[in-house]
Amino acid sequence: MGVPMPPKVVLITGVGRRLAGRLAGRLAADPDIDRVIGVDAVPPSRELAPVLGRAEFVRVDIRSPLIAKVIAAAEVDTVVHLSITSAPGPSRSRASAKEINVIGTMQLLAACQNAPSVRRLVVKSSTAVYGASPSDPAMFTEETEPRSPLRAGYGKDAVDIEGYLRGFGRRRPEVCLTVLRFANLIGPHVASPLTRYLSRRVVPTVFGYDPRVQLLHEDDGLDVLQLAATTDRPGTFNVGADGVLMLSQVIRRSGRIMLPVPSRGMGAMTLLTRLGPGFAFSAQNIRYLHFGRVVDNARLKSRFGYLPTYTTAQAFDDFVRSATLPPVLDPALLARAEQLARGVLARAGCGPAGGADG
Amino acid sequence: MDEPDVAGAETHDEWQHRVAEALAFLRRRLTGDYEVDEFGFDAELTEQVFLPMLRPLYRWWWRVEVIGMEHVPSTGGALVVSNHAGTLAAMDALMVQLAVHDQHPARRYLRGLGADLVFQTPVLGELARKVGNTLACNPDAERLLRRGELVGVWPEGFKGIGKPFSERYKLQRFGRGGFVGAALRTGTPIIPCSVIGSEEIYPNLANASTLARALGLPYFPVTPTFPWLGPLGLVPLPSKWLIEFGEPIETAGLAEDPMLIFDLTDRVRETIQQTLYRLLQRRRSVFF
Repeated sequence: MGVPMPPKVVLITGVGRRLAGRLAGRLAADPDIDRVIGVDAVPPSRELAPVLGRAEFVRVDIRSPLIAKVIAAAEVDTVVHLSITSAPGPSRSRASAKEINVIGTMQLLAACQNAPSVRRLVVKSSTAVYGASPSDPAMFTEETEPRSPLRAGYGKDAVDIEGYLRGFGRRRPEVCLTVLRFANLIGPHVASPLTRYLSRRVVPTVFGYDPRVQLLHEDDGLDVLQLAATTDRPGTFNVGADGVLMLSQVIRRSGRIMLPVPSRGMGAMTLLTRLGPGFAFSAQNIRYLHFGRVVDNARLKSRFGYLPTYTTAQAFDDFVRSATLPPVLDPALLARAEQLARGVLARAGCGPAGGADG
Repeated sequence: MDEPDVAGAETHDEWQHRVAEALAFLRRRLTGDYEVDEFGFDAELTEQVFLPMLRPLYRWWWRVEVIGMEHVPSTGGALVVSNHAGTLAAMDALMVQLAVHDQHPARRYLRGLGADLVFQTPVLGELARKVGNTLACNPDAERLLRRGELVGVWPEGFKGIGKPFSERYKLQRFGRGGFVGAALRTGTPIIPCSVIGSEEIYPNLANASTLARALGLPYFPVTPTFPWLGPLGLVPLPSKWLIEFGEPIETAGLAEDPMLIFDLTDRVRETIQQTLYRLLQRRRSVFF
């Protein structure tokens, strides 16, 4: 699809986190790329540091004007912005998340606009821009306007950021701008509010609602980011796996116990938000647990030119296989119970015909 | 002496097979080992649990008779447009869905389009999606039709279900003709569907509009038994039902224009209204 134009110098934000760190490592392994610079306010963890390979780490907060100096000094031509996040870490508040997301992006865009060397900008946004409501179509395309505009939270941050990106696109039309709206990432190493939620032994859900869940395997997400960083594929794309699971199905597949909680009043909210550390259930997340969200990935397949390798179910099963928590209701155990029950019934089922089909 | 033994063994085998199937079904449900489509349609649950629950109502309570099933195509997208009544529950939609599934040779699923109020409501919204319905909006209608699904719409909406008993079988306004637009854009045929019997299951004698407003409902019906008898008031009357599928109205090759949409909407509405009158004359009484 896109023009194969390998970048010389790539700058990746948010490399303190796993996805950005792994992308830095992948790009660093590409001999055509001269330099890979990873920036973040916090250094990568000890497990993540070796993944980075020959990528250089520069400790700089993108909210500071220092980021402009880094871009100018290294003559960066490709910027991959991955530090927009719904979960700034257990100790950080929503206000600081917004600060990092919105102010950080504004500062980064200002730096890019003044750097003539920059010719490609890739931003990881989120399908949270579509919100979640009972009056939205079953699948969002890139053009769908949400029926109920977002007022606060991570989705609102992403909407604001995409607004600034459009402004940037108008001011620097020669820059190849790729906006990737990621569905919820999942995979063996993903740690997110969603994976923490789904790892609970007893998973609280909203009574009377079973949202549709669409996921994206970490490896598919990485492939898409790598393609966007190394070739010109301008535009806005939904990045989500094929197929959906119902939340109840997700919980059953991982052998967890579902606990339906009535949604009326604050009862559910307080119950949900007081479940363990780092477990922030915003009003938006609660809406998601009511109505779910599925995006149409047709444009990713046709125009961007990427076919996700994992379906939602396969991606989730890969996460379950590697999860550290053993299932409460083991599927293997249930299969054995089924065999046992059939055996007992066959024997109890009187006389010679009994054990016929074993 | 031999024959009864063989028969006994056979019924035994069959019984055992059914238990085995039920156990396997239970395990699949408990481990999440089943598929739903992007709209949330759970074919297994619909087939194994939901439709069997409706069949006694269909067969024994309302003794539904179907006419013109040959007008429903075996493959490809088509839009079934039906009248709407029922006061307390949109049973007509469920009965048409069951008729299409059980009496069409291709055993097709009718994918219904419902109001957002349905999907907002706990339990109801969840169930509605699982049995194959989705929100009545153009993107969903067109996506389903393009995928070659059979789609059902009830353009009268709440105006149809909530109308008083005195206005039974008088079609209400057909929305803004959005369904015709969806059929035109996808080039799929429109199949008019007329249902009688649904108007008499809960005769709507009065509308407690103040109460409805207070509860945020489109209407609050008062029937001879509801709400007086509490849950017992929810038992529907055993009226006699007839469902007729009319000749398809082809839309392939027609260009979308507002006048054409008005004309087609009127034509579909007129066809259903005339069929309703004809079916009512054919039915000997409300209950037989």
